[in-house]
Amino acid sequence: MKMFRQIGAVTGMNFRSLPQRVSTSLVVVIGIAGVVAVLVSVLAMSTGLIQTMENTGREDRAIVMRNGSIAETSSALDRDSARLIVDGAGIKRDAQGEPILSAETMRILSLRKKEDDSEVNAILRGVGPKLQQLRPELKIVEGRMFQPAVTEIIVGKSAHAQFKGLNIGDVVTSRGANWTVVGIFETGGDAHESSLMTDAETLISIDKRGAFQSVTALLESPAAFQAFKDSLSSNPGLSVDVVREREYYQQQSKTLSTIISVIAYVVGGIMAVGAVFAALNTMYSAVSARLQEIATLRALGFGSTAMVMSVLAEALVLALIGGAIGALIAWLFFNGNTVSTSGGGMGQMVFELSVSPQLMILGIVWACIIGVLGGLFPAVRAARLPVAMALRAV
Amino acid sequence: MKYFGLVWAGLWRKKTRTVFTMISIVIAFLLFGLLQGINQGFGTAMANLDVDRLYVSARTSMTDGMPISYLSRIRSVPGVRAVSLWAYFGGYFQDARKPIPAFATDAVELFRVYKEIKIKPEYIEAMAKTRTGVLVGEALAAQYGWKIGDRIPIGTSIWTNKSGSNTWEFDIVGTFDASAYGAGFPSFYLNWSYFDEARQFGTGETHYYIVSVQDPKQAERVSRDIDALFANSSVETRTQTEYALAQSQLKQLGDINFIANAIVGAVLFTLLFLTANTMMQSVRERTSELAVLKTLGFSDTKVLVLVLTEALLLCLFAAGLGIAVAALVFESPALQKLFGDFSMPAIVATMGAGIAVLVAFVSGFPPAWRARQLNIVDALAGR
Repeated sequence: MKMFRQIGAVTGMNFRSLPQRVSTSLVVVIGIAGVVAVLVSVLAMSTGLIQTMENTGREDRAIVMRNGSIAETSSALDRDSARLIVDGAGIKRDAQGEPILSAETMRILSLRKKEDDSEVNAILRGVGPKLQQLRPELKIVEGRMFQPAVTEIIVGKSAHAQFKGLNIGDVVTSRGANWTVVGIFETGGDAHESSLMTDAETLISIDKRGAFQSVTALLESPAAFQAFKDSLSSNPGLSVDVVREREYYQQQSKTLSTIISVIAYVVGGIMAVGAVFAALNTMYSAVSARLQEIATLRALGFGSTAMVMSVLAEALVLALIGGAIGALIAWLFFNGNTVSTSGGGMGQMVFELSVSPQLMILGIVWACIIGVLGGLFPAVRAARLPVAMALRAV
Repeated sequence: MKYFGLVWAGLWRKKTRTVFTMISIVIAFLLFGLLQGINQGFGTAMANLDVDRLYVSARTSMTDGMPISYLSRIRSVPGVRAVSLWAYFGGYFQDARKPIPAFATDAVELFRVYKEIKIKPEYIEAMAKTRTGVLVGEALAAQYGWKIGDRIPIGTSIWTNKSGSNTWEFDIVGTFDASAYGAGFPSFYLNWSYFDEARQFGTGETHYYIVSVQDPKQAERVSRDIDALFANSSVETRTQTEYALAQSQLKQLGDINFIANAIVGAVLFTLLFLTANTMMQSVRERTSELAVLKTLGFSDTKVLVLVLTEALLLCLFAAGLGIAVAALVFESPALQKLFGDFSMPAIVATMGAGIAVLVAFVSGFPPAWRARQLNIVDALAGR
């Protein structure tokens, strides 16, 4: 108990003398704020990407691709296969008793970003007539749905916001067709909002392709997936891979989000090492400024633990302030910012940076670790100080 | 110069502090060197290497094919030295999740276009003679344990061949070393003529023509001529230099430039506070020593210059060390494999030195000014 009182007393004294050491202490605060701000904002990119991808796809939808495809873009399904997939077990049927699915194809469109006019590859997805039953989350927010057999497209909300020439009435040119934008859709913030959609048959006939690329089916329930998958894999006329839609999209973003996280930790780690030395510097000078004070306290009978704890507490509080400022900066400047990148096989993906509470906590934890590392050696020095010598140094 | 000893002694007055400050500066400049080096390096390395190579793709999108008949027309454009082609094949060996960068090409021309690839002439001959032959990069061959003479099955999810199969059998006829172009360079080549004969759809098309020009100065004109050749045809082309192509692909990834600059900005801003604080502390502690110097006849300006030089020495030395470490990192075998021939661009080193000088002046000036204004009597009296 006595020890705690001692720690409290010495720490209180330290904090009361902080104003005299403002400029040195600021170094720790600013240094750590920098580390945390960079770490949190870069990680916010991968969090945002993962969130968008996790929003995409439902448990009760399955996506069927040619056996061995990593992504829809590298898959090809001929009409015979598409016809066989319709007979798969467990597909939900509509009021007319027809299975709810969409055989899809896609092509890449060259568009330009609004912000810097740079060229990007966006995805134009050809979808089947049952699109709105298959994807009830898809809502037209402006204009109307495309008509089949004419070159009309609807554009996702994010694509509309980020890319040039996608207002209603604008014309987008691709090989063999001029597509008129007739509507803007949203799908609840998922990856499809970065893409454009049209009728699959129209797109296939323009691209002179014989085949679809994937089939997405709505299942009776998430549990029906296994039955659906088994019925397709046991069909000798088909060689396809069946995956849950949600898993498919998570897989697509995995590589990219891993790369971003690695960059964040490497850069953040290097910066953290720098900040540890800055903190060491500050705490050493804080200790040496109070040499006589510490020696006096020790002579009065204060224990060495109290000295160690007081220095550590000071470093920790400075680090906490720095960490909080850094996390706040990241949140203020970057939370909700939209960025776009070319995700694996997804064309240009637009997503929001997300500075989540977990990320901010992670940043503050880093700050505390830096603070403790930076405070430890100076603290030990304060405790080991030979009392007589320190007093004589006057 | 004769005061170097004095400045040096001042710098090391408090060893721990100087060392810690220095390590922080070294780390800041290490980050600066790494980020800016990669940022600048992407551009400069490519620009230097490949000014004489042009890439022709369909104007609408590089995934749209172009007719093979364009080949002879591009070849006849004045100033063109050689033309090869790339048609995307994709494919995988055994595991579908591990794609192989496979392209169909005209091998003889390919090695005339990419002059830095090392390959034995007999391999190119063998490739021309073997319809089902493939040339494989040495690293890829080693990865899968392939040897010359092996027959390998390559799966593809796109191309069905005329016998209705997704698995194509190829004979390895040779290996090559394309390390000059980095890890991203395609390292698996099949004969385009065989590919075109055997595939079920997409016949007669290719995705890229790669053009080597005789004189890099003519690259602009040649690329205009090629595009003019196919203007208003059903498949219009777009011809880009390798540099422009790489830039636009990099841009797709995101604004790397902005991210690198923002991080470096944050690091340097923090650094400014750190060095300013160190210099301020060091001058404050030496108040009486500086007063003694002045008593001995050092002019006010001389004291100011002494303190500034100390800051300069600290920053420049540490910055040099940081950038040297970054340069060493770039020389490491792992990174060399990834980027090809890559080294610290001189411009980044120069920028680093400039920033170090700037940091030294901004952080050193306030304490130096304080030292200059020092009144001898007050300072000695400790007032």
